[in-house]
Amino acid sequence: MTTLDPRVAIRATGLRKSYGKHLVLDGIDLEVAEGTVFALLGPNGAGKTTMVRILSTLIPADGGEAHIAGHDVAREPDAVRAVIGVTGQFSAVDALFTGEENLQLMADLRHLDKPVGRQRIGELLQRFDLVEAANRPVATYSGGMRRRLDLAMTLVGDPRVIFLDEPTAGLDPRSRRAMWQTIQELVAGGVTIFLTTQYLEEADRLAHRIGVLDRGVLVAEGTPDELKRLAPGGHIQLSFGDAAGLERAARTFQGAARDDESLTLQVPSDGSVNSLRAILDRLESGSIAVGAISLQTPELDDAFLSLTGDAHEEKVAIS
Amino acid sequence: MTAYPLVVADSATMLRRNLRRMRRYPSLTLFVAGLPVVLLLLFVYVFGGTLGAGLGQVAEGRAAYVAYVIPGILLMTVVGAAQGTAISVAMDMHEGIIARFRTMDIARVSVLTGHVLGSVIQTGLAIAIVIVVAVLIGFRSTTGLTDWVAAMGLLALIALAISWLSVALGMAANSVETASNTPMVLILLLFLSSGFVPTDSMPGPLAWFARYQPFTSVIETLRGLLLGTPIGTDGLVAVAWCVGISVAGYLWARRLYDRERAA
Repeated sequence: MTTLDPRVAIRATGLRKSYGKHLVLDGIDLEVAEGTVFALLGPNGAGKTTMVRILSTLIPADGGEAHIAGHDVAREPDAVRAVIGVTGQFSAVDALFTGEENLQLMADLRHLDKPVGRQRIGELLQRFDLVEAANRPVATYSGGMRRRLDLAMTLVGDPRVIFLDEPTAGLDPRSRRAMWQTIQELVAGGVTIFLTTQYLEEADRLAHRIGVLDRGVLVAEGTPDELKRLAPGGHIQLSFGDAAGLERAARTFQGAARDDESLTLQVPSDGSVNSLRAILDRLESGSIAVGAISLQTPELDDAFLSLTGDAHEEKVAIS
Repeated sequence: MTAYPLVVADSATMLRRNLRRMRRYPSLTLFVAGLPVVLLLLFVYVFGGTLGAGLGQVAEGRAAYVAYVIPGILLMTVVGAAQGTAISVAMDMHEGIIARFRTMDIARVSVLTGHVLGSVIQTGLAIAIVIVVAVLIGFRSTTGLTDWVAAMGLLALIALAISWLSVALGMAANSVETASNTPMVLILLLFLSSGFVPTDSMPGPLAWFARYQPFTSVIETLRGLLLGTPIGTDGLVAVAWCVGISVAGYLWARRLYDRERAA
């Protein structure tokens, strides 16, 4: 029905899913461009994992459609499976096998020729710093090593689209940073990544676009900067040379927070150029002399908390 | 649709995986072979004197009972292995790696065939051990090579049938504990057959049930092939049961594997 833009790696329209009476996903629309990172951000139980499970052909949706690299998830699951790689929340490795045997298993299931498989396994062991542990049973691995092996197994098949469900949950800061670097390398190589996370810093750092999922609804979607602007607490701070200036400005901007001690006034703003221009215009027409102007953008945390808080009446959407 | 060679290649990969897992976790295999050996010794040396005397054969009660009980013990081996299979399938299904297999472009059934073939091989090893012990304690077959080959073929067939059933049971179980319990029904069913005492010695309705349930036809056929007792229609009935149980187990297991899993 629709012609698919080849540069769209993942497209979902009106995805719905419920378990019994519990509605998990309530009509999700999203699009991820090829070679970019999309982060699905949300608190526990928001439906992030369900979303990954539907997109990776593990479970069917109740309604809506999803395409991966142009293939319908429901109608051509095998074509989808041929281009995706999934690293889930729970480690998908065989604990009774060694690291190398796990990789060999993947090479066999991807039907790689013996020499090609050998070479690929060697590269991956090297890349994920598992050469020394290659012949040890996975049961003896640390959490970080398991996660690295898990991702290495996903990469054996050279997937074009990778789903990472909370890839750094439970990792120490160093392993987390290493995982981030790996993700950035993969994207640099042209792979599309769909990741879920509870960590704002992670989404902020890695993602080109972020979707905020809350109770089955995509409450916001945009670049990290766009999302930050949605947060309350963004303001423009005006500093004055004397109390008179502050006094006059405070009368002009009713509702702004004033601080007599530091002679500053904080005018609420979404940080856009237009709002800044409006403030400057009003200052000029009132002939108010301003010492300094600074723009305070909110952290992604503020955006996240305000979007997933109790204020559910307002559903913001930017795209 | 999946191409034929893909199914074979992926099933072989999955079989290798299961055989390796068996080697890494040998206690389950040892248990599978050990249980029927213990039961064999128990039935022969503890109950055998009395039970053998009750068979109505002249003298040598215990020796006669060894011969009588072997087919039942061989099936006990098959059923015991089924329990091991159900447990390892249930354990496997709770591992993240199965979710990984489901998101890969592989022949879906290969996860199941890998378990079934592994289970049949495990059963075969256990049967070999049981037969060696049986011969050591005085079991002698009175039939020729062809009958032996036929007997082994029938054992392979019932092992295949029970393996498919146990793979389905392992998947149907919500937990590993349940998976280790449900095959107990098969063990009970085995006691209600002609494996340990003749069905004629049981009271009315029970005797009727024991005569016509699947295990009895298999046991009677094995008895005929190993000891030369008359087989009659039991051979055909046994093969029919094996095929029927295999197909039913296969379909059930497939359905369970394809079903949507709760998040």
